[in-house]
Amino acid sequence: MNINATLIGQTIAFAVFVWFCMKFVWPPIVTALNERKARITEGLAAAEQGRQEKAAAEQQALKVTDEAKSQAQEILRRAERREAEVIEEAKVAARVEGERIVAAARSEIDKEVNTARETLRKQVAALAVVGAEQILGREVDSQAHSQLLDELATQL
Amino acid sequence: MSSNTLTATGYINHHLQNLTFGQLPGDRGWGLAHTASEAKAMGFWAINVDTMFWSIALGVLFLWAFRKAARRATAETPTGLLNFVEWVIEFIDDNVRGSFSHKNDLIAPLALTLFVWVLLMNTMDLVPIDWIPGIAKWLGIEYMKVVPTTDPNATFGMAFGVFALTLFYSIKVKGPLGFAAELTMQPFQADNKALKVLFIPINFFLEFVSLVAKPISLSLRLFGNLFAGEMIFILIALLFSGGIALALVGGILQWAWAVFHILIVLLQAFIFMTLTIVYLEMAHSHH
Repeated sequence: MNINATLIGQTIAFAVFVWFCMKFVWPPIVTALNERKARITEGLAAAEQGRQEKAAAEQQALKVTDEAKSQAQEILRRAERREAEVIEEAKVAARVEGERIVAAARSEIDKEVNTARETLRKQVAALAVVGAEQILGREVDSQAHSQLLDELATQL
Repeated sequence: MSSNTLTATGYINHHLQNLTFGQLPGDRGWGLAHTASEAKAMGFWAINVDTMFWSIALGVLFLWAFRKAARRATAETPTGLLNFVEWVIEFIDDNVRGSFSHKNDLIAPLALTLFVWVLLMNTMDLVPIDWIPGIAKWLGIEYMKVVPTTDPNATFGMAFGVFALTLFYSIKVKGPLGFAAELTMQPFQADNKALKVLFIPINFFLEFVSLVAKPISLSLRLFGNLFAGEMIFILIALLFSGGIALALVGGILQWAWAVFHILIVLLQAFIFMTLTIVYLEMAHSHH
């Protein structure tokens, strides 16, 4: 237990060990530790960012589907309106057409009636002439009495 | 046990004697001391071979293991040895960050070296005290003290290293004048010039004592704790030669003391490291 030169030897050994540790042991391990720390921080940040992006994408998807839904509704509404319009138009067209047909038929009928009336008039005139001939026993000069006959026919 | 003394005193003394190499008395040249008085007669220029051997072997073991881990250090998932080494390094780093507030790349490796090295040297105390000396005896080596921290040379050697660093950084950070002022201008301060001059020697005496007390208390604390622990192991070991009943008691006592000693081994290494950090922090900070 004497104090001797071991003291110096121990101090030197101590200094060498500390030097070696400072040079070759501490820096690589601490560097690796810091690097890993940075990596973990990065990873966590990336995860956080991913989470935020996912939330944003979900929001976006919701917005898109909402838009699509409202668009579909809009289209449906427009189609319904159009349907009503078409029906209305068709109704109008049908009414016009019907009226036109009725008018045409009516004028046709009028024409027919006139024609029939004309024919009937002529036949009645002829019949009257024939009747008069028989009554008078002679031929009525249709030329001479045509005016009379025409008057008669008009009266019918 | 020593061949010529089978007494309890002889056994204890034998265990407390380092294997000393130096100039033998009576012009017998250089060699190993064969008795305690021979070792004493060698004076300062002798070396405790066992202390040097075990401390350097343990220091090399520490640096080899940690260097091996450092070579493999990556930012990937750590495994095995690297995991353990990183755990130790983070523990040291936390401690240094906790008590040292300046920028100095030396402090953390210094703390790591001191902690692990002192811990390994202290741990040698847990090896049953007659094993290694027994083997040494068988190999023809007379003395063998396997716990370097029970040799004051080892603890003072480290403490002087720390003391030198304290002085170096005190002067580097505060300048020679700043350091001198720190030693002479406090704790007693005065505005009066004459009083100030009067206080200089008083302050210097107080500050010098506290400055020198640091390395001495640092080394003696470690030495004292480990020496006392070793001493108790030696005393317990004496029981083994006192019959079967005493040997049994000795066995139980040795186990109990070893378990308790684990705490001391760890605690003293930790205290030595922490105080070193604190002393260097004080050397870096201005008053």
